[in-house]
Amino acid sequence: MDLFEIIFYFFAAIVLVSALVVVLSKNIMYSAFSLLFTFFGVAGLFVLLNADFVGITQIMVYVGGILVLIIFGVMITTKVTGVDIKEGISGKLQYAGAGIITLLTAIFLSLMFINGKWITGSSTDVHATIHQIGTLLMTKYILAFEAAAILLLIAFIGAALIGRRKA
Amino acid sequence: METNFIYSLLGNNLLGYLAVCILPLVFLIVYALVAILGELKIGAFMQDRLGPMRTGPWGTIQPIAEVVKLLQKENITPDAASKFLFNLAPFIIFTAAFAAFAVIPFSPKFVPSGINLGLFYIFAIGSFAVIGIFMGGWASNNKYSLLGAVRSVAQIISYEIPAGMAILSIAALAGTLDMNEIITKQSGWFTNWYIFGGSGSALRILFLPFTFGIFVIYLIASLAETNRTPFDIPEGESEIVAGYHTEYSGMKFAMFFFAEYANMFVVSALLTIMFFGGWNSPFGDFMSGPIWAVVWFLGKSMSFIFLQIWLRWTLPRLRVDQLMYTGWKVLLPISFVCFFAIALLAMLK
Repeated sequence: MDLFEIIFYFFAAIVLVSALVVVLSKNIMYSAFSLLFTFFGVAGLFVLLNADFVGITQIMVYVGGILVLIIFGVMITTKVTGVDIKEGISGKLQYAGAGIITLLTAIFLSLMFINGKWITGSSTDVHATIHQIGTLLMTKYILAFEAAAILLLIAFIGAALIGRRKA
Repeated sequence: METNFIYSLLGNNLLGYLAVCILPLVFLIVYALVAILGELKIGAFMQDRLGPMRTGPWGTIQPIAEVVKLLQKENITPDAASKFLFNLAPFIIFTAAFAAFAVIPFSPKFVPSGINLGLFYIFAIGSFAVIGIFMGGWASNNKYSLLGAVRSVAQIISYEIPAGMAILSIAALAGTLDMNEIITKQSGWFTNWYIFGGSGSALRILFLPFTFGIFVIYLIASLAETNRTPFDIPEGESEIVAGYHTEYSGMKFAMFFFAEYANMFVVSALLTIMFFGGWNSPFGDFMSGPIWAVVWFLGKSMSFIFLQIWLRWTLPRLRVDQLMYTGWKVLLPISFVCFFAIALLAMLK
């Protein structure tokens, strides 16, 4: 086992263990904090695959933005921490529904993984991904880029509208 | 380009990697001791006191005494605290602060990791500290800790936006995010520093208000991000005891303490790199070279640390509403204007 594989299994273990804690923990705060390690592990895997820009963006967006939002939400919303969702008939229904959806997703993902045509290019040492990403975003993928910008603008306006005090 | 003298000394192996990791840590500890002494002594002189005088000549070994005291203290974990997260939080905060050292170029021959995204990396890695602060504040199970954590996080994410605009302006001006390249582009006389608009025609003097403005904005935002006075409302002693580290004692408190000093150095180093030419000598080729570079870099960074300490002992603390007003209604619009002006300057070049 060379250094690359050791590092890969290290990050993979971090992702898997922390993702399990996210799902299985009874305390929702533990789940939220465990998500930090999942994001960190995924960022590590990205960097390992020479996608350094994607890895750092992963940290920037998910740890710096979304995770903070989740924790803020959980902390300020009271009575979330001790909720037991397994009580009564509705709890059983939730279990059944969650089980079916998980199974279907697992089957779908496995099929995709087996049947997908994976592009396995030769591993070249990419040293500067950011210039290529920037050029592609401004030429080939300009429509997607602009659509994302408009979506964010709409979200901003919506948030401002909700945040305004009603007269 | 070989950017690391340790790799050429020890080779590209595990020993080399270890040495590269340890060198900034040793620097951080030595620097923190000096900065603690600086804080005590400068604060004392500003208030017309003598400061610590008993430990060593002029109290110069006072910081070592402080660290030994912290090491000896009992490690208290509150009974109602969430034990695991409570003990984990100081490590996360310290790791986040130390991780930023990975891309700081101390000299053209020593950058721990010369990735070409240094500026972006340093900006992103700070978000780990936000989660660490949250963790410490929530796990302490103390209302002052929780209030301090919420205040701190609200402050950091508000001031991240003007700071991000400042970083974007420099990225536009330099056309790169690589720390060493940003510094190389500012080489020559001190008029080539980005605070004076970088190298180029004399026309850039017209943009001086904007480059200087973005520097002041980043300075203010960096004070807020490191929770230094006048933005230390997360640990406002008269209101919420000590904020998110109220319940911490002994070595765990020391880790918060070291992380704060590490963050102070990181923002000072960033100010130096982005606006004051990093390890460049201010006078062209005069006293330049890999060794002098370290001297210039540390000298510039330490003067910003001095500025932070100076501000701490001079200014009163802001109120929460004043903090939000400054961040969103003053700094953010001005930073947008500065960004557009600097983008124009970058295009004119």
